[in-house]
Amino acid sequence: MKILVCISNVPDTTTKITFTNDNTEFNTAGVQYIVNPYDEIALSRAIELTEGGKGTVTAINVGEAANDPTIRKALAIGADDAVRVNAAPRDAYFVAKQIAEYAKDKDFDLILTGRESIDYNGNQVAAMVGEFLDIPSISIIKKLTLDGDTATIEREIEGGKEVLTVSGKFIASCAEGVAEPKIPTMRGIMSARTKPLTVVDAVATEEVAKVTRYETPAPRGTVKLIPADQTESLISLLHSEAKVI
Amino acid sequence: MSVLVYVEQAEGKFKKSVFEAVSYAKAIADQQSTHLTAISIGDVAESELKELGKYGASKVLNVNADQLKTFVNQAYASVIAAAAEKESADIIVLSNSFSGKGLAPRIAVKLKAGLADGAVELPSTDGKFSVKKTAFSGKAFAITELTSANKVIALNPNAFGVKENATDAAIEAFSADIKQSDLATVIKEIVRATDKVSLPDAELVVSAGRGLKGPENWGMIEELAGLLGAATACSKPVSDADWRPHSEHVGQTGIAISPNLYIAIGISGAIQHLAGVSSSKVIVVINKDPEAPFFKVADYGIVGDAFEVVPKLIEALKAHKG
Ligand SMILES: Cc1cc2nc3c(=O)[nH]c(=O)nc-3n(C[C@H](O)[C@H](O)[C@H](O)COP(=O)(O)OP(=O)(O)OC[C@H]3O[C@@H](n4cnc5c(N)ncnc54)[C@H](O)[C@@H]3O)c2cc1C
Repeated sequence: MKILVCISNVPDTTTKITFTNDNTEFNTAGVQYIVNPYDEIALSRAIELTEGGKGTVTAINVGEAANDPTIRKALAIGADDAVRVNAAPRDAYFVAKQIAEYAKDKDFDLILTGRESIDYNGNQVAAMVGEFLDIPSISIIKKLTLDGDTATIEREIEGGKEVLTVSGKFIASCAEGVAEPKIPTMRGIMSARTKPLTVVDAVATEEVAKVTRYETPAPRGTVKLIPADQTESLISLLHSEAKVI
Repeated sequence: MSVLVYVEQAEGKFKKSVFEAVSYAKAIADQQSTHLTAISIGDVAESELKELGKYGASKVLNVNADQLKTFVNQAYASVIAAAAEKESADIIVLSNSFSGKGLAPRIAVKLKAGLADGAVELPSTDGKFSVKKTAFSGKAFAITELTSANKVIALNPNAFGVKENATDAAIEAFSADIKQSDLATVIKEIVRATDKVSLPDAELVVSAGRGLKGPENWGMIEELAGLLGAATACSKPVSDADWRPHSEHVGQTGIAISPNLYIAIGISGAIQHLAGVSSSKVIVVINKDPEAPFFKVADYGIVGDAFEVVPKLIEALKAHKG
């Protein structure tokens, strides 16, 4: 089976988020980029599903050449080959369109993404690719097993879970639980250097949204400390001052 | 031109987050000097549909087809897009819920619409249609301009609040063609923990971390949450160790939440944890380490051992409730 996994290049989780140019641009100075943590989960599940010669995993990223180290990391984790659609990723609609264009005639059995990227938190790409390709999309999945042509999926819903099946091609966005993220081995890192990374051109896409400005949350005031033996004053502050209980 | 809001039901009922989405959509309709239509899919009683009028929906399209009894992403997206067309709605509002997150992007592609997910405020009224949305897991906001003619907005829970706006809602049956291929996913089982408050839209959340030492100590956390009517949550190492289910893990790689009250017990306050909870309105921290970074973002704090403080807090809460 052929699996396509979408990889997003995101700031490391410890990054302090700041902006430049009058808060219109994300400040990339000194920022380490990583494979989006949820995409690592998706990639790890794809590798498990194809282990032992059962198929191949292609990683795809929409981005400029600066993303190549992140793509090589995906190859080191275990993807067989990779594709980079050469364009600055404008927004989810643009990214999804590029991925769908690439995938449409390649006959992938399954496409996986992370549940969201930790920069724009969109949750958008998987379902948009699904719509562009007119295949089912299942968002925020917790478990994925395959039995021949049929997949059984567990997904999260408010206050519970849903178990569903789907046959044929589909795309799903993976959350925690789908797989343990794999750590690249030395051999993986060495072989990643020689695995194929194809660069393709982007297709023209209409602009539907753009980020014009960023804001950071207002700083909080200082903490009001309450002695450990006066829990009743905490309750009364939450009741009469903060008015939350 | 009009505004359409999708109202998701669970077992024939609407939740608070739905009334919040309707309130928000009504405020947008007012901004745009137009009216608000709601669309409900599934088996919902007329009296429940009428409730939507209270929050400003003047019309409710009711879709009740056998094939659509349970949530099917593709088919629901087709029906909502068809309803938008019928109503000439150019702004479509949804809750940024689990199903909303699966639907909104498909609707956006169908309508060639820009999508602002995780919206936290009303759109701007300065000529450009810009929506403030969370980004970087709550570490920032991105002001996103939707430049397309049609627009889709998915509202974050607890971001706007419920606002009454009494209108008499006219209920109208609606049906749209559903392609067989739109019904490819089949739901086998739905498991709902009915006695528990759902975390993503909870107003109060009690959360605990590795400081609790082991899963056997969660009894007091659940008791405290139960007394408050709060949802329970946890830090990543706690769910990684299977002390609690993954669905309770909050933070940058877990769920981002913004309840009115977040009580963090035995959690250090690492940057990745804060990323998902720092937009909570009020934060209470209980930690035995006075240097724990969580105290820097807390509104109220108790420096102390959770095993002593939490039982006392439970007693104080019982006394308060009388
Ligand atoms: C890529 C990546 C993504 C991540 N994403 C997330 C995420 O989404 N969410 C998340 O939570 N973490 C995330 N983390 C992990 C994060 O960095 C921290 O390791 C984690 O939040 C720590 O959890 P904790 O505070 O429960 O545990 P610890 O760091 O072990 O802290 C336990 C705290 O409990 C206190 N304590 C101990 N005993 C007691 C007691 N008896 N009474 C009171 N207090 C006590 C201690 O003083 C300490 O502050 C991520 C990390 C990485 C690398």
